[in-house]
Amino acid sequence: MTRAATAAPPAATAPAPAGRSGGTGRPRGGNALLGLLGFAAFLAVLEAVPRLGLVSADYLPPTSEIAVALNELLGEPRFWTAVTDTLRGWFLGLAIAVALGVLVGFVLGTVPVLREFTASTVEFLRPIPSVALIPLAVLLFGTDLRSVLLLVVYAAFWQVLVQVLYGVRDVDPVARDTAHTFGLGRWARIRHLLWPTALPYLLTGVRLAAAVALILAITAELIIGAPGLGNEINRAQSGGAVDSMYALIIVTGLLGVAVNVLARWLERAVLSWHPSVRGEGTP
Amino acid sequence: MLSAPAATNGTKAVVSVRSETDSQQVAKRPAASSPGGGRRIGSALGRAAWWTAAVFGLPFGLLALWWVLSADSETFYLPPLSEILASFDDVWLHSDRLAADVLPSLLRLAAGFLLAVVVGVGLGVLIGSFRRVRAFCEPVLEFLRAIPPPVLVPVLMLFAGFGNTMKVLVVLSGCVWPILLNTVEGVRAVDEVLTETCRCYGIRGPARLWHLVVRSASPQIVTGLRQALSVGIILMVISEMFAANNGLGYTIIQFQRTFAVTDMWTGILLLGLLGFLLAMLLRLFERSALHWYFGLRQSQRDDGQR
Repeated sequence: MTRAATAAPPAATAPAPAGRSGGTGRPRGGNALLGLLGFAAFLAVLEAVPRLGLVSADYLPPTSEIAVALNELLGEPRFWTAVTDTLRGWFLGLAIAVALGVLVGFVLGTVPVLREFTASTVEFLRPIPSVALIPLAVLLFGTDLRSVLLLVVYAAFWQVLVQVLYGVRDVDPVARDTAHTFGLGRWARIRHLLWPTALPYLLTGVRLAAAVALILAITAELIIGAPGLGNEINRAQSGGAVDSMYALIIVTGLLGVAVNVLARWLERAVLSWHPSVRGEGTP
Repeated sequence: MLSAPAATNGTKAVVSVRSETDSQQVAKRPAASSPGGGRRIGSALGRAAWWTAAVFGLPFGLLALWWVLSADSETFYLPPLSEILASFDDVWLHSDRLAADVLPSLLRLAAGFLLAVVVGVGLGVLIGSFRRVRAFCEPVLEFLRAIPPPVLVPVLMLFAGFGNTMKVLVVLSGCVWPILLNTVEGVRAVDEVLTETCRCYGIRGPARLWHLVVRSASPQIVTGLRQALSVGIILMVISEMFAANNGLGYTIIQFQRTFAVTDMWTGILLLGLLGFLLAMLLRLFERSALHWYFGLRQSQRDDGQR
């Protein structure tokens, strides 16, 4: 029994594995091929469905037409402005949320009394849907970037905060006692004990927050009308340009994939020292 | 008999890996786990008072602060809290809005969410069980998941018009991904020892699916449900803000457009309250459905401390 118990803790400090595609001991080449096949089949079905008349091409244009529209979009400066606007809102909002989350998380996490007294408030505020703030954002800031930031920061902040709180609490008792024995001061403890412990959790939080931030940035543009891809989708839809609407949606999907890949990469790069990342090469 | 302890040991490792996705575990058990910031209060009464203060102190403090700070607010957009609370009664409770707007919203949310559970868990078990199917679907799923769900509102509006179908589909299209992907991960991570034990005992078919696969994946599935719920509420509101003639999102945006700021604030409060209550409801469900899992983790924790 003790054997299993001692084996569990290192695994428990690993960053969240949800959605991770890597596995152990399977043929990667064959899988990549199957994946490509799957994607090709997906595109083929989307091409065939409107061509066969199963769905009106007014609602779902064939993939080839969407590709043409996408190609046209790529040549328009207006499109690139929209992409920049969306990414700006996403990045600024995420940066503010991460900074706030880390700061508040460390303060609350290291002072037990504060933690105890804020737990219920955090639990209450966290599930409040950020879209509830849309009307307020419109009244206060109009279609400004600040509207987008309000929504993005509110949604992303909780993801980061909760992970940081969780991480700060996860300090290994042996490491804590060791730090105590060596007489580490407050700052040294934060730097050498809390920070490395919380870092995997923080990066999980950043990954979740990055995805949420993109969703909220585009939602704000879609609903409020702030400049960006969401607003372009709205225009394309009301203008009847169905193929460019789909093209824009594909772009938002690609952005989402890029954000996920970037966050994963960041996780690996920053945590290269961590057992969970180092251990992946050797079974 | 030999296989039983081995099986539990194996589950431990698997289960503990899963636990980090479970961000919900974070701020729980405040009073029990920390020694009260160095202040140990001996009597049970004192501890109860401490707990009450810890749980209700800050929320009520913040509300009081809001009340006082906004008491003689002249700002048009930030009416006094006293006024907001006073009109809450009129706007929501003493009108037919509860039945005409809140109920349809909740029904659409429930329909979309439950459909997403059926589709997500069903497909997830299928995709998670077969390595080749998973490899075939993975890139497409990764892409579809990455599309921010709200942009599908205009698409679904084309297909399903402005009615309830569209809104249910919007909720479904957003909720299904977290459930599906978490189910796939959960099914993938089914403990090998348990799988082999099932094979040895000849458990197969629906019994294997229910007792082994779905049961092992259920902590992950519930994590997916929780993510799906918060996405679902957002989508419910957005689909109504976009195009509707009733519903919570529609009413709130209507208040905003007519500059009925106090009424709008009551709507924001109600929406926040609903989000909180639904999350609580899901947690109750989680408690009862996963009590075995929490017990397992608790005993692991106790083992670890020994």
